[in-house]
Amino acid sequence: MNNSVFFGALTVAGLAAGAAAAGTLDDVKARDKLNCGVSTGLVGFSAPNANGEWEGFDIAVCRAVAAAVLGDPSKVEYVPTTGKTRFTALASGEVDVLARNTTWTFSRDVDLKFEFIGVNYYDGQGFMIPKELGVSSAKELDGATVCIQTGTTTELNLADFFRANNISYEPVPIETNAEARQQYLAGACDVYTTDASGLAATRATFDDPSNHVILPEIISKEPLGPLVRHGDNEWGDVVRWTLNALVAAEELGITSANMSEKAAGTDNPEINRLLGSEGNLGEMLGLDADWAQKALAAGGNYGEIFAKTIGEDTPVGLARGLNAQWTDGGLLYAPPFR
Amino acid sequence: MSTLTDPPKESFRLSMLIYDTRYRSATIQVVAMIGFMILIGSIISNTVHNLTDLGKEPSFSFLSEPAGYDINQRLLDYDNQDSHMRASLIGLLNTLVVAVLGCITATILGVIIGVLRLSSNWLVARLMTIYVEMFRNVPVLLWIVFIMAILIETLPAPRAFRGDTPEATMSVFDSVAVTNRGVYVPEPLFHNSLGNIHVFGDSALRFDVSLDLMAFLIVLGGSLYASMRIRKWADALQESTGRRPTIWHIRAAVVIVPSALLMLVLGFHLGYPELKGFNFSGGTHLRNSLIALWLALSLYTAAFIAEIVRSGILAISKGQTEAAAALGLRPKRIMNLVVLPQALRVIIPPLISNYLNLTKNSSLAIAVGYMDLTGTLMGITMNQTGRELETVLLGMLVYLTISLLISSAMNWYNNRVKLVER
Repeated sequence: MNNSVFFGALTVAGLAAGAAAAGTLDDVKARDKLNCGVSTGLVGFSAPNANGEWEGFDIAVCRAVAAAVLGDPSKVEYVPTTGKTRFTALASGEVDVLARNTTWTFSRDVDLKFEFIGVNYYDGQGFMIPKELGVSSAKELDGATVCIQTGTTTELNLADFFRANNISYEPVPIETNAEARQQYLAGACDVYTTDASGLAATRATFDDPSNHVILPEIISKEPLGPLVRHGDNEWGDVVRWTLNALVAAEELGITSANMSEKAAGTDNPEINRLLGSEGNLGEMLGLDADWAQKALAAGGNYGEIFAKTIGEDTPVGLARGLNAQWTDGGLLYAPPFR
Repeated sequence: MSTLTDPPKESFRLSMLIYDTRYRSATIQVVAMIGFMILIGSIISNTVHNLTDLGKEPSFSFLSEPAGYDINQRLLDYDNQDSHMRASLIGLLNTLVVAVLGCITATILGVIIGVLRLSSNWLVARLMTIYVEMFRNVPVLLWIVFIMAILIETLPAPRAFRGDTPEATMSVFDSVAVTNRGVYVPEPLFHNSLGNIHVFGDSALRFDVSLDLMAFLIVLGGSLYASMRIRKWADALQESTGRRPTIWHIRAAVVIVPSALLMLVLGFHLGYPELKGFNFSGGTHLRNSLIALWLALSLYTAAFIAEIVRSGILAISKGQTEAAAALGLRPKRIMNLVVLPQALRVIIPPLISNYLNLTKNSSLAIAVGYMDLTGTLMGITMNQTGRELETVLLGMLVYLTISLLISSAMNWYNNRVKLVER
């Protein structure tokens, strides 16, 4: 008798769970707040400033999406996630979008059922080593002790690289960037490996940055981008085209300074369509006609955000490199707004 | 004259389940049980259903996929092309290593400290009190991180050993290298090794059995048995004649000579660590992470064990000690022969839970990058495969199994030493 009740309960609970599934876009609008998953602190990308406000390159994506959907870039609830907890947070619905320098890989996209909506930073894994060791290539690292952040794609790339070159190494797994810095500086590991942008950001905090070199080998492709849950295509479209709007705006020469002027109407139809004075792109997304204007007003176009958070004039000091517009020899290429 | 008549036989009615006190408690229990089952069932079905909605049907097939990551401390052979299952096994062994080492050192330290805390020497007793209070009242995670930081920051890096006038030199006749990456000690090697037996072919559970070690253990076991027989013989002789023969040199020879002969035949020698490239190579590498975790867990748990030992000793009536002293036993013998054997009965049950705590606390290993079960199965594997529910459930199951095994072993021991009441 107990068994039949048990299975009856299973059926009832199953039916109840199936009924609950609404669009994320509606959820966000109803809540009037965007839940955005970010890192626990990586200077330049996402870290709280002295006033406790989150700022950085990934934060700008959250702010732009909140502005496009809710009309106010400050209507964001930032949820700090670690390398371990980030996917659970997104899959469970705790966050609506995850903007946390996450590498777009096949298995994350397909097997973990996420939707990468684009790339906001093209990165690659590099090695940093003290100059005094006299190493000029990663292939000379046979037998070296390597500090590595655990739970990231870098761990797998590292194993692949050393296997492909038939050399050995001793991995020292660590949890956070700060710990890696401590171990590396104390000489407990010879080499520190992570994304090249992370190495640059870490080296910038050393007392003697010039005594450390980043080896020329970039051993992996790390396209970092925001992601959403698989299966909610409308919400995916909103985030994807908000990011595209930031990139396209830079290409089209729309900055936060001249935006209101251009919004009045220009002789370039694509600018008009993007900013909403022509066509009904906003309506198609389920947003206001001036959604892109609001997104751009949150922090400027892609180039402005880059320069403000991680560009060459900031302590992180990254060059545009691969992240320049395609017209400047980079990889940024927003599809047409049509 | 009175006659006894049976009370009228009532047929069973449904309402009796509630109103008849004979059935009521059973009814309540059945209803509560059904409610409990419904609750559990709905939780399970809800989880499964929601995971299926997310396109993540619970599945353990990821365990046979290649892990893709490397593990620094491995007791069995492993490379990054082995399966997640194999990686978890390596992690499990690392957990067991630190748990066993920790339990042994914590017990030794704990007993010594507990006894010394009762010392009549004021200074020694106070020092032990300070030790206990200091270690017991700071979270063990802080001790782990603290010891790790000391190891990393104060010891020399391997590159300090290089050059003609190195900043650091090896200790103990140039055989042990103490660096901030760990301690390199000499390893035993054999010229005429007997080789290994490979078990379980290519499966995830495969391992090698060293025949050298087996041979050594067999010989040692045999000689210990022989030594025990000699002692029994001497005991018997003493019983019957009252005269005890001097046997210690025979017993020592019986234990040492066969083992030494075996070592000689196998061509035993030590492999010393030497600086090669970035690191020391050769010898056995005890990594910082293992040392930090082992030390911290031992010192922390020893503080608790010391208190248990103290309470066990205090539980033995003072009359016992006085009686033993009146018989002319010296204090050390009173402790070993009279007090401690009786105190064990009080000590063992709480000791079990401290062993369990130590084993479970070893999951803090990730703080220093020690690749235990939490670091492999519930760390990297979970992250690379995205199977949170499955990996955590598996991990919980494994820890539960380990804990139950430890407590059943200790309960068996407890049953052996406990007071047999007549």
